[in-house]
Amino acid sequence: MKTLLRGVALAVLLAASPAVAQTPPNVLVVGQIAEPQSLDPHVVTAANDFRILINVFEGLVRFAEGTLEVEPALATDWTISEDGLVYTFNLRDDVTFHDGTPFNAEAVKFTFDRMLDEDHPYYDTGPFPLSFFFADIAETTVVDEFTVEFTLSQPFAPFMSNLAGTSGVIVSPAAVAEHGEDFGRNPVGTGPFRFEEWASNTRVVVSRNDDYWGEPAGVEAVVFRPVTDANTRVAEMLSGGIDVMVEVPPDNVAMFSDDPGFTVHDAVGPHVWYVMLNMLEGPFTDVRVRQAANYAVNKESLVNDVLQGTADVSAGPIPPAFNWAYNENVAPYPYDPDRARELLQEAGIDDLSVTFYVTEGGSGMLDPIPMGTAIQADLAAVGFDVSIETYEWNTFLANVNPGLEGKADMAQMAWMTSDPDTLPFLTLRTAAWPDAGGFNSSYYSNIDVDEMLDQARMDTDPETRAALYRDVQQVVHDDAPWIFVANWKQNAVTTSNVEGFALQPDFNLVLKGVTKN
Amino acid sequence: MTGYIIKRLLSAIPVIIGLSIIVFAIMALIPGDPALAILGSYATPENVARINRDLGLDRPLYEQYFVWITNLLQGDFGRSFILNRPVIDEIMDRFGATLILAGTSLVLCSIFGILAGVVSAVRQFGWTDRIVTFFVLIGISTPSFWLGLLFILIFAVQWRVLPASGMYSVYGGGDLPDLLRHLVLPSITLAIVATGVIARLTRAAMLEVLRQDFVRTARAKGLAERKVIYKHAFKAAFVSIIPVIGIQAGFVMGGAVYIETVFQWPGIGAMLVNAISTRDILLVQGGVLVVAVSYVLLNLLADVAQALLDPRLKS
Repeated sequence: MKTLLRGVALAVLLAASPAVAQTPPNVLVVGQIAEPQSLDPHVVTAANDFRILINVFEGLVRFAEGTLEVEPALATDWTISEDGLVYTFNLRDDVTFHDGTPFNAEAVKFTFDRMLDEDHPYYDTGPFPLSFFFADIAETTVVDEFTVEFTLSQPFAPFMSNLAGTSGVIVSPAAVAEHGEDFGRNPVGTGPFRFEEWASNTRVVVSRNDDYWGEPAGVEAVVFRPVTDANTRVAEMLSGGIDVMVEVPPDNVAMFSDDPGFTVHDAVGPHVWYVMLNMLEGPFTDVRVRQAANYAVNKESLVNDVLQGTADVSAGPIPPAFNWAYNENVAPYPYDPDRARELLQEAGIDDLSVTFYVTEGGSGMLDPIPMGTAIQADLAAVGFDVSIETYEWNTFLANVNPGLEGKADMAQMAWMTSDPDTLPFLTLRTAAWPDAGGFNSSYYSNIDVDEMLDQARMDTDPETRAALYRDVQQVVHDDAPWIFVANWKQNAVTTSNVEGFALQPDFNLVLKGVTKN
Repeated sequence: MTGYIIKRLLSAIPVIIGLSIIVFAIMALIPGDPALAILGSYATPENVARINRDLGLDRPLYEQYFVWITNLLQGDFGRSFILNRPVIDEIMDRFGATLILAGTSLVLCSIFGILAGVVSAVRQFGWTDRIVTFFVLIGISTPSFWLGLLFILIFAVQWRVLPASGMYSVYGGGDLPDLLRHLVLPSITLAIVATGVIARLTRAAMLEVLRQDFVRTARAKGLAERKVIYKHAFKAAFVSIIPVIGIQAGFVMGGAVYIETVFQWPGIGAMLVNAISTRDILLVQGGVLVVAVSYVLLNLLADVAQALLDPRLKS
């Protein structure tokens, strides 16, 4: 027995002796929040997966670095017809996919037909959950080898933003044909990195594409490691097991900023965190009660204390990340409990007991339970009686999406989108009530807002659209269908030997310009 | 003996079928579905219906179960909705990792548990017994996910002698020493509770045996105490410890769920946690099936070992 024990002790010591957790030079190791679901860009929906894909694939257009403004990528230029129905793109003629096949108009047509045409031979490599971003494409036409034309069934101004998003990237037809439904494990695009390896639940490796048409990437390879537990992720960062970490828990941000070995990055994101208020029944049918709720909640304290500065206070349904469409003149409701009490008195509603749906966590939901209880306490201070019901994320969505009627008066929600159109269009129009297939689960309805949103969709002139969104922001702010709480500033930590790293407003990790010393 | 093993194996079949029905029903009963997990915020009723149709989830539940079990009998575990790959591939990728982790932990907890139990039984009520019992109690009562984080903080962050998570180094490595280095913290964390349980039951079994007549006889005839304990008493007690180890094998497989999540160990446990939260029903079914079969086999192994060692059970 003793010999055996000595053997075990020796083995442990031997195993422990070499220096550990040094990431290799010129290879960037990124700590992800989860294993990717797939690396087929049209099959996935999670920011976690897009962070890998945006380095392997490219679209016709992309968001210019640091903004949500559209710039050329695989297309050199484009024209939009007067009626907003026909988009014609001229393509680069010097691009090849990582598998050596040429990028051309056929590949563009293949990409969109695969998603949209149920009779396409590779439609069964889906499902393609976000294909509705492109549902207005009636036809994709190959004009010549490097010219492609989209004909829309109706004018749809967010089309360009959707093309610039990760759901609009172009896949290699040859690779889809070769791998079929396993394309998601063998992705082939045109981006600055090519896919090398996916070891399940261990790593995804991409390496520099030396034949890239643009400036080649700064590091030889990037390793994406899934580390689902946030505490473990922090520990990996501290022990040197990863070079880049995204979605740093608020509690750990200060620790990293104080340490010269690390750099903390943050950037505004196109994110809104809000509490929807049931406008069909109960106390929130009265606009004064809704405004009172907005005055009663101390949003400054939520973003600074609960979220430790990882978010800004939100003013309305359109986040400031959409700088081109943002209305600077609409200020957030200030924290003013006295004003809240006044408004409640004016409204004269006796029964202020309300049910509040809170989730345990979920995409973009930040720290929902502490936020929910803080909101509960703030509302109680002005006279509401809030009872919280907590659900796991999937169950929460199954409860909230069909509408709050008969179940709850308030529910938390958060959205990240790539166009200012998406969130209001899906959650604020009368035609987006749950029974009509939208996400307006709290039944807001204002004909002016409906009209402005419809018009903004049709108009391809960015200036006119921007003006409409600014008006929407003002009207919705005043109607207060939600408690506007926070706009998340996405954050990341890098070790100090990582250079050229910047977060993008669309939550993607564009790594081609990053170097590591 | 062969007849007994076959009988035991056959009796496991209804257990496993029943288990698969229960898991299937539970997954169907909890709200939310894979389409919600796939679509996230974009889950309009229309989109959900489209995805469910594409995945074949709009068919009645019994039909889905029937399809699953028919395919399974042909060796087809189905395709994971969320991971977009065959369930069997995912399980194969991960089962080895769980076996390595759980197997190591089982060896550790058996050695240290038995050792601690024997020592404290022999020195009953002495200082050694008290100290061992104290640590055993702490071991049993400490939540293992917390202990895991504590170990990471001490050994990976503070001292930097061991990696914080994963099974192999992400770049380079991949050999046995690399694996052992990654195995140290999770396997010890996973072994601690089971060590406590085995130690307590070993102590009890030893105490019981030490009180029996044949031990007194052995002592009376002048055998060295060492021989009395290890040759006579321990041999008799060991037979009743084996089933405990069998049960702990199941516990260790179950405990792997937390430990794999904390240490990012790429095993079945972490896979099941993800699969349940995304309602990936076929992956859950496949994972539970594999865990259940291993549990049945491990217990069978323990029973066979016990029967082989204990002449009274041989018949």
